Amino acid sequence: MDFLIFQVPMLMVQASLDGILLGILFALIAYGMALQWGVMNIINIAQGDLVILGGYIAYTMYLAGIHPAWGVIVSPIIMYFVGWALYKLVINKVVDRDLFISILATFGIAIVFQQLMNFIFGADVVVAQSEYGTTMLFDNSVTLPNSKIFSAFVSLAYAVALVIYMKKSKLGRAIRATAQNARAAKILGVDTEKVYAATFGINAALCGIAGALISITLTLHPYVGLPYTVRSFMIVIVAGLGNLPAVAISGMGLGLFEEFADYILGTEFRIGAVFMLLVFILVYRRFKLSKKREYLK
Amino acid sequence: MKQKDLILYSGLIILGLAAPYLFSAFKVQLTYLCVLIVLAMTWNLQGGEMGYNSFGNILFYGLGMYLTASVQVGMFFPLAEWTESGGEKTFVHTTAQYFQGIGVGLLVAAIIPALVAGAIGYAILGLRGHYFAICTLGLGIAAGEIAGGIEIIGAGQGFTTPPFPAEIVDPEARGKFFYFTSFIVLVLAFIFVKYIYGSRFRLILNAIRDNEDKAEAMGIQTMKYKIVGWMVSAFFCGLAGGIMGGLIGYIDSTDVAFDGREMGVFMVLMAILGGKGTLWGPIIGATLFHFFKEGLWTFILGWQYVALGVLIVVIVIYFPEGLMGWLREKYPERFGEVIDEKDRKSQVELK
Repeated sequence: MDFLIFQVPMLMVQASLDGILLGILFALIAYGMALQWGVMNIINIAQGDLVILGGYIAYTMYLAGIHPAWGVIVSPIIMYFVGWALYKLVINKVVDRDLFISILATFGIAIVFQQLMNFIFGADVVVAQSEYGTTMLFDNSVTLPNSKIFSAFVSLAYAVALVIYMKKSKLGRAIRATAQNARAAKILGVDTEKVYAATFGINAALCGIAGALISITLTLHPYVGLPYTVRSFMIVIVAGLGNLPAVAISGMGLGLFEEFADYILGTEFRIGAVFMLLVFILVYRRFKLSKKREYLK
Repeated sequence: MKQKDLILYSGLIILGLAAPYLFSAFKVQLTYLCVLIVLAMTWNLQGGEMGYNSFGNILFYGLGMYLTASVQVGMFFPLAEWTESGGEKTFVHTTAQYFQGIGVGLLVAAIIPALVAGAIGYAILGLRGHYFAICTLGLGIAAGEIAGGIEIIGAGQGFTTPPFPAEIVDPEARGKFFYFTSFIVLVLAFIFVKYIYGSRFRLILNAIRDNEDKAEAMGIQTMKYKIVGWMVSAFFCGLAGGIMGGLIGYIDSTDVAFDGREMGVFMVLMAILGGKGTLWGPIIGATLFHFFKEGLWTFILGWQYVALGVLIVVIVIYFPEGLMGWLREKYPERFGEVIDEKDRKSQVELK
């Protein structure tokens, strides 16, 4: 094998570290996906576009002269209301319906978002400079941007905070109750409509955090939302709904896969590899389940 | 009734044949319309009738497009040199070569996607509902991304399909050729779909849609029929793609061939707009959509995708049964349904 990555062992370390740090970020988006899928039973194709929108909020702050890292606080607040408005406008009409309807409706939302972002922020690839510098490891053979480490820590912090919030707070309990049985929760006095709106808002806020982190670690472009949706979908179907450690681990696994695919197949096939992985995972699960004469539900 | 049908069909065929002469300036638009109807009709076969909502039929469309162009070039000239650096200027197809090439190309473009659908069908069609939808969405986009990295078919810079032979001086010839090709494909597709609608095959597809487990329990080998259903879709998608490749004259991996953002959504939207699971629904839906698109697109330049997105949301949320579904609810007698008024009144709406 004449792949560069197998000749230079340090590149392996580089790819692994990059992959894991990136994976934590993916896991954060996937957690939002799992939350709304579990609670409201909808698949949100616009997830990735919410992420990108969150990123553009941080980027706008950067243009205004504020350090983009503050985006991890501002962006989720704005995105919460975006998510809430989106719920009130569209999502509340698809909650109880067929999943295909929610897929198609959110696909429509995704197209609108992409185009509006294209109008507002332009079709250029942009990045917000955090100027955090880089950390050199192993005799300068592995370079690690500090922004990536920062983003991983912020993601972890938010994930932990959210888990505690879901466990302890009143709203968190209401959300979990609605996820278990919406009808029973309604009978016991939970305002499910409010819970749904809050869930979608929290999901959008998580996307906002992830987007703000992506704006300083990776790049932003109006049309790159869909890969993030697919990544989070993949992580959720591998990890299952509501299993947070598994979400984190499969997120890191996906990050590793992507970094290695990048080195081995070439950067031009990176997104293609992500989508093919989705197909392979689904087909693998399907064959595994069909042995027991079951299918993915 | 039979005579009424005869008049209707012969009228439509005459209209179809006369259309390029009547609306001679809109030949390209008419070709588009034919292709859109074919796509909607065949999507409906497995999306509406079989209940397998695919976002990935664009895979076969793009495959057909690349195959037609590759065969058309590859039959006479080295493909790699053609795509490498403006080969269309060095190599020129003669008239005979062009038509031979596109003929064989379309044949290949129909058969190979159908075979691909057959080959991946067993794996993919085992997924149900939204998993199938997402998986096919992934397939379509993956195909576009991968095609964008393959050198021999032009990679990222695209693939110029052979230009229409210059020896034919008639400026109308190109438009007429593509229109009639697409019209023939449309007629073939309609005859085929119409035949399926009168057959046992459709009943089996409907059984799969309504309850696959029960259909299986009744002894139907559902997988076999699902694969055949998908192969029929793929066959016509490939043909449609081949024609569009020749018409547009330039193939880009993600913007023309595997264009999930346009064609891939259009075919789903048109079928839903007209009414899933009806013979005429997708045809009416495609025609309406095309008129809407062509009429409005130019006035809202730049905003067309926003309009498209809003249209998707509105149709899906407020109009999921489509035009035919709405008509059916309004005039059930016309669709041969008998309603027991007493029974309907006695039904209490449960919430």
